[in-house]
Amino acid sequence: MRPHPFRVLDIAEEIPGCMTMRVAPDGAGGDAAFAPGQFYMVYVFGHGEVPISVSGDPVKSGELTFTVMAVGSVTQALCAVKPGAVIGLRGPFGSAWPVEAAKGRDVIVMAGGLGLAPLRPSIYRLLHDRNDYGDIALLYGTRQPDRIVFPQELADWRDEALIDVDVTVDTAGRDWPGKVGVVTELLKGRDVDPGRTSALICGPEIMMRFSAYALLDRGVAAENIHVSMERNMKCAVKMCGRCQYGPFFVCADGPVFAFDRVQRLFRTRDV
Amino acid sequence: MANTGKAFIVSRGELQSLFDAVIARGFMPVGPIVRDGAIVYDELRHVQDLPEGWTEDQDAGTYRLKRRDDKALFGFNNGPHSWKQYLFPPRSKLWQGEKTEDGGFTVEEAEDTEKPFAFIGVRACDLHAIQVQDKVFMSDRHPDPLYAGRRGKALVIVVNCGQAATTCFCTSMNTGPRAQGGFDLALTEVLDGDDHYFVAEPGSTAGFSLLAEVPHTEADKDNVAAALECTARAEQQMGRKIDVSGVKELLYRNYDNERWDALEKRCLACGNCTMACPTCFCSKVEDVTDLTGDHAERWREWDSCFTMDFSYIHGGSVRPTTRSRYRQWLVHKLATWQDQFATSGCVGCGRCITWCPVGIDLTEEVRLIREREKD
Repeated sequence: MRPHPFRVLDIAEEIPGCMTMRVAPDGAGGDAAFAPGQFYMVYVFGHGEVPISVSGDPVKSGELTFTVMAVGSVTQALCAVKPGAVIGLRGPFGSAWPVEAAKGRDVIVMAGGLGLAPLRPSIYRLLHDRNDYGDIALLYGTRQPDRIVFPQELADWRDEALIDVDVTVDTAGRDWPGKVGVVTELLKGRDVDPGRTSALICGPEIMMRFSAYALLDRGVAAENIHVSMERNMKCAVKMCGRCQYGPFFVCADGPVFAFDRVQRLFRTRDV
Repeated sequence: MANTGKAFIVSRGELQSLFDAVIARGFMPVGPIVRDGAIVYDELRHVQDLPEGWTEDQDAGTYRLKRRDDKALFGFNNGPHSWKQYLFPPRSKLWQGEKTEDGGFTVEEAEDTEKPFAFIGVRACDLHAIQVQDKVFMSDRHPDPLYAGRRGKALVIVVNCGQAATTCFCTSMNTGPRAQGGFDLALTEVLDGDDHYFVAEPGSTAGFSLLAEVPHTEADKDNVAAALECTARAEQQMGRKIDVSGVKELLYRNYDNERWDALEKRCLACGNCTMACPTCFCSKVEDVTDLTGDHAERWREWDSCFTMDFSYIHGGSVRPTTRSRYRQWLVHKLATWQDQFATSGCVGCGRCITWCPVGIDLTEEVRLIREREKD
């Protein structure tokens, strides 16, 4: 239950109010090996601890990348750390995106806002083993053009043409040459072979709900659609009770769930 | 630790030697005492500390101590306390950390300085409650060091119930009133005219060796029958019952039952039920520093699913209404708990009924949900 010290290698603003940082174990005890979709409990000395999914490349060993939005007191302190500072980590915890099980299949990655961060490790993994998969699409929706995270990667991925990158925003000025609309619009007119498609979805719950149902409408089976849940969390080891989601503990049974396991809960308010 | 089928007699007059033996072995004996108008648990060094001649009236939202017309030492049912306050303390330090000169920090797990506990007067339902919490805090993957340490060293002395409160429903939950195993020593208090003795049944080698230090005789058939009569009496007095057949599926089907709306109006979301419940395990953590900021600590405290903060994530609480929070509590207790830990989260102790300031009764709520399930 103790946090292990990790040193901040670098930290940069991703979008206003949101930082991406790389950290590496400071001494023995820290575990930097994770599976895409897993999270760590990130501790800022004296401030507290929050669950943050890894946003970096799982193939790069010995370091971890987190993308953090400053929304509360701990994340504000975390976003203010400087290179060389030491933060604490416990983990990795939780379930992972089913990138192995999706081999031989088409993969649709749907991200809403900062939901792209927990998905990015899975995209790195898919690209690393590119030949093992069929078509790969990243459908990314966010609020405005200046809220687009990882713009360089999005451009690179688009240039490499190894995956089909499609981006939309909720609202934009006249200078935005791209699409405007919600992320499910990007599914329209897209070729989806439901029998061989796996979907990975992360974003606000409402976005995941509409995305999952849009995919169900296209014939993708619920067990091949995956979502990543977020809940209040203190211990990450099924003990504090706070991350309960129906019968599940998001910290251990999740955060990644096959949609057929949580579909009933998705339809119920205030679970 | 299982019931060995061996029974002995310890007279009322010799009970102190049991306390003495427990203390001599280095245990901190804790058990029922009268304080603040209730029977609560605290350190217990002498038989005189026990609530001799006391009992209580309990009902939904009601608890009143009253005098018995005999000198029973354990002639009462559950009060507001449970053993979880010892194994899973309301507030405990998890670790402390110090900043180091190179800008880093070190963290050290908090040490538990408590003596091993001897729980005296554990009721059968509460013994089950401890076993329920064992599953939460002593999982193979991430056992809680504080809980596991205390639990491993604790001595459990059961007192089987000779009466039931109107709020009791252990028979419905199959947890009592007679403890079947999982204890070191089980006592049944027998009052028969001027005869006042305990039928003692060791359930472990620790229980046997403890009893060896207490003057006792072998129990005869009549003694054993008298002890069984006590728990049979409690069974007959059982004040409430709950039909738990298919309750998990029932509650899963009824997230939209109209009863939740009625509870929205009644429940104060005070969290009393979760504090009094012997199985509720939810907690929060508090990270603190001293004034220099160089010394930090993490503390764990009991928390309740009835607070808004409990489910807060940026943007708001996941369960913003009392309706949704009561539903979370009841569905967890009786249904999702089964999926999580392969046991019910309710042991039928009745505390949540007694200590609810508005007298909400979960046995009644489950009955009404069943009744009003939409076809």
